Amino acid sequence: MIDTLRLTAGEARALLERGDVSGAELRAAYRKAIETRNEELNCFLTLVDGDGNDGVPIALKDVISTKGVRTTAGSKILEDYVPVFDSTVADRCKAAGLQLLGKTNTDEFAMGSSTENSAYGPSRNPWDPTRVPGGSGGGSAAAVSAGLAPWALGSDTGGSIKQPSALCGNVGLRPTYGTVSRYGIVAFASSLDQVGPVTKNVRDNALLYGIISGRDDCDSTTVEVPPVELPEAEDLKGLRVGVPKELNEAEGIAPGVAEAVHRAIDLCTELGAEVGECELPRSVEYGLPCYYLIAPAEASSNLARYDGVRYGLRVPAENYYEMVARTRDAGFGDEPKRRIMLGTYALSAGYYEAYYGQAQKVRTVIAREFDAAFERFDVLVSPTSPTVAFKIGEKAESPLAMYLTDVLTIPPNMAGLPGLSIPCGLSEGLPVGLQLIGPQFSENMLFRTGHALERAIGFDTVPERLR
Amino acid sequence: MPEWEAVIGLEIHTQLKTRTKMFCSCEAGFGGEPNTRTCPVCLAFPGALPVPNETAVEWTIKLGHALNCRVAEHAVFHRKNYFYPDNPKGYQISQYDEPLCIEGSFVVPGPDGDSEVRIVRAHLEEDAAKTIHVGGATGRIVGSAHSNVDFNRGGTPLVEIVTQPDLRSAEQAKRFLQLLRQTIVELGVSDAEMEKGTLRADANISVREVGEAGYRTRTELKNMNSFNHIARGIDAEIRRQIETWESGGEVVQETLDYEVKSDTVTPRRRKEEADDYLYFPEPDLVPLKPPADLVERLRTEVPELPGARIRRFEKEYELPYYDAEVLNGSAALAALYEQVALEGIDAKAASNVLMNDFVATGVDPAAVDGAELAKLIAARATIPRESFTRALIESGDPDFRAETYLGDTLVADTAELEPLVERVLADNPGQVAAYKGGKDGLLGFFVGQVMKETQGKADPKVVNELLRAKLA
Repeated sequence: MIDTLRLTAGEARALLERGDVSGAELRAAYRKAIETRNEELNCFLTLVDGDGNDGVPIALKDVISTKGVRTTAGSKILEDYVPVFDSTVADRCKAAGLQLLGKTNTDEFAMGSSTENSAYGPSRNPWDPTRVPGGSGGGSAAAVSAGLAPWALGSDTGGSIKQPSALCGNVGLRPTYGTVSRYGIVAFASSLDQVGPVTKNVRDNALLYGIISGRDDCDSTTVEVPPVELPEAEDLKGLRVGVPKELNEAEGIAPGVAEAVHRAIDLCTELGAEVGECELPRSVEYGLPCYYLIAPAEASSNLARYDGVRYGLRVPAENYYEMVARTRDAGFGDEPKRRIMLGTYALSAGYYEAYYGQAQKVRTVIAREFDAAFERFDVLVSPTSPTVAFKIGEKAESPLAMYLTDVLTIPPNMAGLPGLSIPCGLSEGLPVGLQLIGPQFSENMLFRTGHALERAIGFDTVPERLR
Repeated sequence: MPEWEAVIGLEIHTQLKTRTKMFCSCEAGFGGEPNTRTCPVCLAFPGALPVPNETAVEWTIKLGHALNCRVAEHAVFHRKNYFYPDNPKGYQISQYDEPLCIEGSFVVPGPDGDSEVRIVRAHLEEDAAKTIHVGGATGRIVGSAHSNVDFNRGGTPLVEIVTQPDLRSAEQAKRFLQLLRQTIVELGVSDAEMEKGTLRADANISVREVGEAGYRTRTELKNMNSFNHIARGIDAEIRRQIETWESGGEVVQETLDYEVKSDTVTPRRRKEEADDYLYFPEPDLVPLKPPADLVERLRTEVPELPGARIRRFEKEYELPYYDAEVLNGSAALAALYEQVALEGIDAKAASNVLMNDFVATGVDPAAVDGAELAKLIAARATIPRESFTRALIESGDPDFRAETYLGDTLVADTAELEPLVERVLADNPGQVAAYKGGKDGLLGFFVGQVMKETQGKADPKVVNELLRAKLA
């Protein structure tokens, strides 16, 4: 009997290698879990009936192009779109023998923090189905948390891997920008988008990151990556841990979240790390506003290809311009429309320097601020999300309140830095995520730190109500 | 009435003849069944990403060298955003404020000295797809019944060259473009054929009174598909602007199409031109940083260019400007001329033969053995006209030898020619009388008749002497 709620990907792989289970049996177990719980949780938008592989199953966020398998990006405009090519990450998963279970729900074009912006309805948090699983990669996070997949891939632009992982009690890595190919990832904001693993533990995360990362000739922004080391150490001796004041004392951080994070910071000391305070004043103050200039600007351009000419939805009209307008009006939901408008404004002649240009300059300032902090510290810690999972509908009417849920994940993203979110406890019976931020290409250090903390924290990743 | 002067700047687009497209590995180049040379990248499928074609970058640098440009150490691709069916991503990847090649100059030699045209920039971008708007009166998208798009051309590397407004007449602009075209062709980076659209040019035109400082409002003229159309289009627009100013009107900044049939210009529909292209750096690509040694290597690969060669021919072979220009109409003709001239025969005589008789045969100059051709030209006075022409026609054959034709000597024997001359005079008593009455020009007529009788084999010098003696 395979307990998909508890089985990690690493364990599943070991079972397969020993011949204790077959790939088909594993698949069947996850399909059964999906049949049981997906109706409630709405994690999967498309299920796959076998892709020829028989390795560890995996779920992919629906912004990741999969050859022959519908890829909607959570949008009506791509409702019937079936890619003719695999994204590099999907291709690498295939090459590693992983079998695709299906495609997971996402806010439309990964724009959101709750999956409520999905054209296919919100996913629900396995810990409390009246609450959001976070977003945009809420489908992947909820699937891993509820045992509908041993692991999954998400994509993180402003926090779309880290935040849902935190809200669902998973381990989520947003890798260093340029370490994972974006080829075939439905683009939201090209200079920020990065694919990464959502898993039950840190070792699984390192394993999957090892599979998907590395230079890809199809994405000229990728680089070679140092070999991925599976974490072993159980202490943090010699590690210098920085606690950025602004990231830990930001307005809106719930007391229960702060408390769980403080306990984790104390554990760092107990595990032998040196802990000290540091400051990131401009990163936190300007990170979010600059993000909401750069990301919509790039999005407004990235979404221009959905014009009804070559694929996707087309609403017929008298002439070309009318057809494009009607197609986009019918195909895009409110959030993409809002961001297209914001972004077009930020790029307009006469406003470019004041908005997009200025935001890019601030980005350099943010990167320098982090660089300075990393002269003193190996790793920085903070809550991943200011709050635990919120109620469905709670922030749906206020875009700004929704945007603020990413205030802690955005600053390192703006600097292209890797961030690992691990569960560090419960507040109000819901998981709290700890964000570990490292310098560029420090994934191995993040895995070591996360692994040692994970063991010390002893968090049970299975939602209480499903145990 | 004031005297007017035109101020013209050109924007030239030339498609590079790289094997593959600018940002994907689809086959580039003219032709192919519609939409067969496409892939996720050039069809802008979700998630597809551009990867720059290194050859295209190198060729643009080479072209930059030929235009005496500075090659940027740091160049950036930008997105130019606009909606049009030929633009699948909704943006064209182009260059904006950090182009690859900047601040050059291009010298156009002429009979009365050089004219120098300053180059603002030469940048690299991708070509749009081809659209055909079906139905509707104008052939444009507005008013058409439907449009067909062929993405084969979409994504072909395109170099845009922008000049300063240094040109002063349609003729000068045409000559500049012709020499630029030849330079591009000789660099081997593009076929640059206007009929195929691998070379396109738009003109920015304004007029001002001679002596007036500054520039007046300019218009942009498009839709010209040959060098002659460009010259005619520019002339038509210059006329229109002068008439506008002289009748008290004002030229407004707009984009115009040249209509060949009516020889007039018409404004484009406003909706077809975006007001703001929302340029921003292409985040899918890293900046281009051409290494200094590559830039230098490419500089050494630039051959002698036609403009410089024209001047060298004038000097080295003491040719008139006209000859130097015609002989440099192609690199192969110029090379053949140099081979022939090196054999020590009269440079001007060789030029005459090559420019006129040889070019008229249509033989590929690259196929001709210059040394053999030189022998033929040296002996041309002793070979019958017909044989000489036949020899030129056959000069491109691999086994062409001048001596084959040298045996066809002229008939100079007076004993043989005298009866012929007498018969011609006897057959044309009227002309003989006219000649004797003072019409000296008729001598040529008699010579012609004798040549006809001998199928061109008579030595014209001997025939002349005989005729003069008989008619005296």
